[in-house]
Amino acid sequence: MRYAMAIDTKKCVGCSDCVVACQTENNVPIGYCRDWVTESVTGTYPLVEIEIRSERCNHCDNAPCVRCCPTGASHIVEGGVVMVTHNKCIGCGACIQSCPYDARYSHPEGYVDKCTFCHHRLVEGGRPACVEVCPTRCMYFGDLDQPQSEVSQILARRKWKVLAPEAGTRPQVYFLV
Amino acid sequence: MSTRRDFIKIAATGLGGLALGAGSVAWFRGTSRWAETAAKAAAGFQGRFPTYCEICFWSCAGWTYTDEEGRITRITGNAGDPHCNGRLCPRGTGGVGAYYDEDRLRTPLIRKEINGKQEFVPAGWDEALDLVAERLKEISRKHGPESIALFNHGSPGDHFGHLLKAMGSNNIAAPSFAQCRGPRDTGWYVTFGTGVGSPEPTDIRDTRCLVLIGSHIGENMHNGQVQEMADAIDRGATLITVDPRFSTAASKSRFWLPIKPSTDLALLMAWIHVLIYEELYNRDYVERYTYGFDLLKEHVRNMTPEWAYGITTLQPALIRETARQMADAAPSVIVHPGRHVTWYGDDTQRTRAIAILNALLGSWGSRGGFYFAESVQVPDYPHPEYPTPAWSWQDLQREKYPLAGLAVSNVLVEASLKETEESRRIRAWIVAGTNLPLTIPLKKTLQQAMQDVEFMVVVDTMPMEITGYADVVLPECTYLERYDTLRSLAHREPNIALRMPAAEPMYDSKPSWWMAKQLGERLGLGSYFNYKDYTDVLEWQLQQLGTSLEEMKKTGVKKFPRTSGPLYFQKGENYTFNTNTGKIELYATELAATGYDPMPVYTPHEEPPPGYYRLIYGRAPMHTFSRTANNPNLTDLMDQNDVWVNPRVARLWGLENGQYVHLKNPEGIVSSFPIRVRITERIRWDSVYMVHGFGHSWKKLSRAYGKGANDTELMSKVTIDPVMGGTGMRGNFVTFVTEEPVAKEVES
Ligand code: SF4
Ligand code: SF4
Ligand code: SF4
Repeated sequence: MRYAMAIDTKKCVGCSDCVVACQTENNVPIGYCRDWVTESVTGTYPLVEIEIRSERCNHCDNAPCVRCCPTGASHIVEGGVVMVTHNKCIGCGACIQSCPYDARYSHPEGYVDKCTFCHHRLVEGGRPACVEVCPTRCMYFGDLDQPQSEVSQILARRKWKVLAPEAGTRPQVYFLV
Repeated sequence: MSTRRDFIKIAATGLGGLALGAGSVAWFRGTSRWAETAAKAAAGFQGRFPTYCEICFWSCAGWTYTDEEGRITRITGNAGDPHCNGRLCPRGTGGVGAYYDEDRLRTPLIRKEINGKQEFVPAGWDEALDLVAERLKEISRKHGPESIALFNHGSPGDHFGHLLKAMGSNNIAAPSFAQCRGPRDTGWYVTFGTGVGSPEPTDIRDTRCLVLIGSHIGENMHNGQVQEMADAIDRGATLITVDPRFSTAASKSRFWLPIKPSTDLALLMAWIHVLIYEELYNRDYVERYTYGFDLLKEHVRNMTPEWAYGITTLQPALIRETARQMADAAPSVIVHPGRHVTWYGDDTQRTRAIAILNALLGSWGSRGGFYFAESVQVPDYPHPEYPTPAWSWQDLQREKYPLAGLAVSNVLVEASLKETEESRRIRAWIVAGTNLPLTIPLKKTLQQAMQDVEFMVVVDTMPMEITGYADVVLPECTYLERYDTLRSLAHREPNIALRMPAAEPMYDSKPSWWMAKQLGERLGLGSYFNYKDYTDVLEWQLQQLGTSLEEMKKTGVKKFPRTSGPLYFQKGENYTFNTNTGKIELYATELAATGYDPMPVYTPHEEPPPGYYRLIYGRAPMHTFSRTANNPNLTDLMDQNDVWVNPRVARLWGLENGQYVHLKNPEGIVSSFPIRVRITERIRWDSVYMVHGFGHSWKKLSRAYGKGANDTELMSKVTIDPVMGGTGMRGNFVTFVTEEPVAKEVES
């Protein structure tokens, strides 16, 4: 099993519902976030383009954050989900330094936190809170090992990219372009 | 004369202190509760309560979840609700922040003079309600109940509206008419014999072409529309966006028309010209349903794309091409009527042009155009007939704005001034759920009226600016803590939704239904409130509708079969429209009869003076104007507005990204607070843009105070729509003040 997410930049309106839904779902303190929205503008008026992306941990296949974690708090569970065991984490921040995507933050309670693909929901057969809430339904989630999953299907059908492929992390969050 | 009502600036006793500890840290802790709440909900455990959102008019139905201690944790959409399909927008999801906001109003407050200084003194409910009832009774006895007006927005208006009507006044106005969507409903009414309706019955789900005129769906998160627009993008529908700003919608569009602001009407007329003279219009539809085609044809003869080019700066070829795109898709095409359309004072006429375009394309009543929405008629809980008011807003507007179908808030404000004729004067205001100082742009008139009225009671959950002018403030609990009227909003499928409390009201706040009933009883109108609890009303109504409170608590939403017929016109169907001619009036006989242009005429609007830029304002997806400006969850996403400046303009002024400037209008008004500069290619060089609802001057809003600029205060020029009294707000210009202006005392 290999969980992955695909996000359609053509449909995302940057509303940040995914951010609030994650905060209320995962008790992320106000002022912090596990997912965030970026907007890049290119061109000159009136020939302008925008790409809006809802970003989060890429649950990299080759995750530097896990490799560098001295305590083993950062680890990979079934389906390739990169997790942090809060009570094992000493808050040293090595993983924060090693992540090319700035996907982790220091929780005020002393550990490092980040997106878990809402693992607690996955084990119940649910989907991540951000995917469930998105008003434009621009996020697709599922198992890449299953060709019938919505994420496999959409990646087969559409053009996509990943962020900073040159970092060699093999990200598993895909952006449809 | 010194002002009778000083604006009360700081919290008096009793408002200090935080209930929930530091505001900047999470308000609940521990592991995620998703699994257990879901399990409990599945087992019928009441850890999940139906509600419908109050953060915007869309009123999405959802579920409020509570944890084992009964604390509200999150809100999600109700999958059975056709208005939201199980997905709330960010504001709805962040609605928990409205509940946890530590700045909420906590107790009733009464204005008292202490040592020559006016202050708010916390009061018990009995004292506050007795006082309100006594003052209303006295004013009603002396001047008639009609002298009491209600300004409202959202659910509290239902309950206070009932109270007011029971007293014998019908002077009820919502700024959502004259400050927002009134022109389009009037424009639609004189064309199709009906308003557009709310939510708009746009069949975006099935459209092949969606045309947005300054309407920025995706930044306005009107939920169902955003969802359907995303679906339309998926299906490859053609989007055409007309906007001087490269809005999010523009970025999703196949055609973006970067129009010169204030010239939209010229573009619309040119499109009409192309449709007619290239014979692209829907001939069958026009012949069967419309009146005045030949008159229209003659009227637009010279309104060519070349003519429009000189006005709009849009290439004639682009105007022609987009008109053809619409015609290709017709009748599955929507030229969206917009929502906030009080722009230039000729807004009814601009919306008329949009209505005419839709008629020529045959989209009204067609799949992929506009469907015929239907709502459930919820029976009134039995009460005596309302007394007939001796006069009402209709009498105030009959002469001036005969075609305004609803009360014009600014007319009621004007009728509150001292100089108003005695017999038609408003003397007391009930303001429920609307922050008038950031809503009605006629600042001087509004300020004067607030001084001139003899009594003002404000009902709100938050200490908005308007509360500073009240004699009595009544703290309403949030929508998550109360029952309310059943939601019955038109859609493809008629439906109702229940709102019930997920927690006891915090502090000493109360639901509006309770306040209205208490006041009613004190005013001797108990027979209008013939129930113990609001659940009695709901239970009775639900029984009439063939369901029950118990069932609704489980489902939250109930759908009913349509009884009004199909969603669209049937092939060859004849139909009588509610207009003078029984047809869709391309030539509006109603406008002709009342002395207005029967067909839209483009007139140029004032241009910015040198060194000034047109002030365009709009929305951000995570806020509903002032309503959410202090919400901790939503300010976390966006805590201030930026002024968008084109790089060319920025260079001219030496502005840098992130720099703070003040804005100043030609009348010399300087923004109370600085605003951050965002240099972006997304805005034209002749305009600047900001999100409305920021720049609060009320210190009690601890997160919103002083954050960003308030566009309303910069609107010195308001152009009134002669047809329906709307307040056109886009005729204002600003320039940059880069030096710190002389400090001034900030008031609302
Ligand atoms: S909720 Fe969806 S549309 Fe909104 S920002 Fe997130 S991904 Fe984009
Ligand atoms: S995105 Fe960063 S935190 Fe997430 S797995 Fe990759 S390297 Fe680790
Ligand atoms: S669109 Fe958003 S704010 Fe409006 S009612 Fe729905 S969830 Fe609430």
